Amino acid sequence: MTALPPDLTQSAIDTEIAKAQAAAHAGDHPPRDFPPYRGSALRHPTHPLIPVRDPEAVELTGPAFGVTDVTDLDRDLTRHHAGEPLGERITVTGRVLDRRGRPVRGQLVEIWQANASGRYAHQRDQHPAPLDPNFTGFGRCLTDDEGRYSFTTIRPGAYPWRNHTNAWRPAHIHFSLFGEAFTQRLVTQMYFPGDPLLPLDPILQSVTDPAARDRLVAAYDHGLSVPEWSLGYRWDIVLDGPAATWAENEEDDR
Amino acid sequence: MSPAPTPSHTVGPFFGYALPFTGGADVAPPHHPDTLTLRGRVLDGDGQPVPDAIVETWQPAPDGSRTGAPGSMRRDAVTGRVVGRHGADFTGFGRVATDADGHWLVRTLPPGGVPYVCVAVFARGLLHHLYTRAYLVDDPDDALLAALPPRRRATLLARPEPGTPRVHRFDVRLQGAGETVFLEFP
Ligand SMILES: [Fe+3]
Repeated sequence: MTALPPDLTQSAIDTEIAKAQAAAHAGDHPPRDFPPYRGSALRHPTHPLIPVRDPEAVELTGPAFGVTDVTDLDRDLTRHHAGEPLGERITVTGRVLDRRGRPVRGQLVEIWQANASGRYAHQRDQHPAPLDPNFTGFGRCLTDDEGRYSFTTIRPGAYPWRNHTNAWRPAHIHFSLFGEAFTQRLVTQMYFPGDPLLPLDPILQSVTDPAARDRLVAAYDHGLSVPEWSLGYRWDIVLDGPAATWAENEEDDR
Repeated sequence: MSPAPTPSHTVGPFFGYALPFTGGADVAPPHHPDTLTLRGRVLDGDGQPVPDAIVETWQPAPDGSRTGAPGSMRRDAVTGRVVGRHGADFTGFGRVATDADGHWLVRTLPPGGVPYVCVAVFARGLLHHLYTRAYLVDDPDDALLAALPPRRRATLLARPEPGTPRVHRFDVRLQGAGETVFLEFP
């Protein structure tokens, strides 16, 4: 493993984040080039994206998923092994909407995450925290007629990464979502409220608009907590991007 | 009032046990005579392979239908294991992770009615995924191709490999010399 530069401290990264956020254009999504997130340096295009406004574009449609793609157990990550995983059992639920506010029905939601100790069941994760033989950390479900998804899992731990010295990712769950169009595809991460690592994380802070950042943080919802069983978090998701089913005269009111 | 979109985030490095699925590259039914292979590498701004990217493809069926079909990730209801597509319905969806050399591959059928396969690229380091198109035919009537200068246009052409006309090469260069044309859909 290569050594990190000795001066690449959290406070140096904090300064970089403040600078990059001040220079950024407001937007819902992070810029692909965000220097404090070192991994982005060689992996972002330098040419502007080419806008496609063709109403016949294939991307305005998308793949379909159904009951054959998902089993009932897939949404409960605590039941994928013979024993119970270690950690704090949680329920995460919410609605998936498109940018017109309509529920996204019958679409695939996939999640993956570290275990309670902050370790992924992935060969390349060498964080010296224990693996949990009863937790893999991958689940999926289909949204219902109201666009709702729901998972039972355990609260993931924070984990270190080598972006800078003493860099720690806040606890998060990775989400992958499909809408009715390929243009609505979303891969993102859900965070937990009150986590002291949130302001220090270059990945969360790459979303430069504070209101947009807040939309990545779930809400603790006591009504979703199940007595003697689990704590509940609510997180609604809004997919960006157009779909072929939107009439053209509705396209402008965003 | 329209709700505000949820921001995108990187797929990170550890999606490998979650997103790729058995048969993700096999969009065409097994042994279908029209099968074509779309293959290439994902490369970074230094021309180095990106070993932790995931490539998704979406396309019409050979008859031009754009509805897709469920069953890309068909599961065995008893064991929960992925049993793969049954092959009778064309799902139109492919998903494959790059290997240590940045290489990816899908086997599919020719898209009906359009000359291209839609491609989305996700990777560690990429805060928001990227869309591009792999054109199997250099169609002079295609509006997107026609609007691009020749050198940029060339990045969208999935060229048949010499001697193997059913194998099309499509490298994705995220940055730098020969950077692939990436698309947005406002
Ligand atoms: Fe992660």
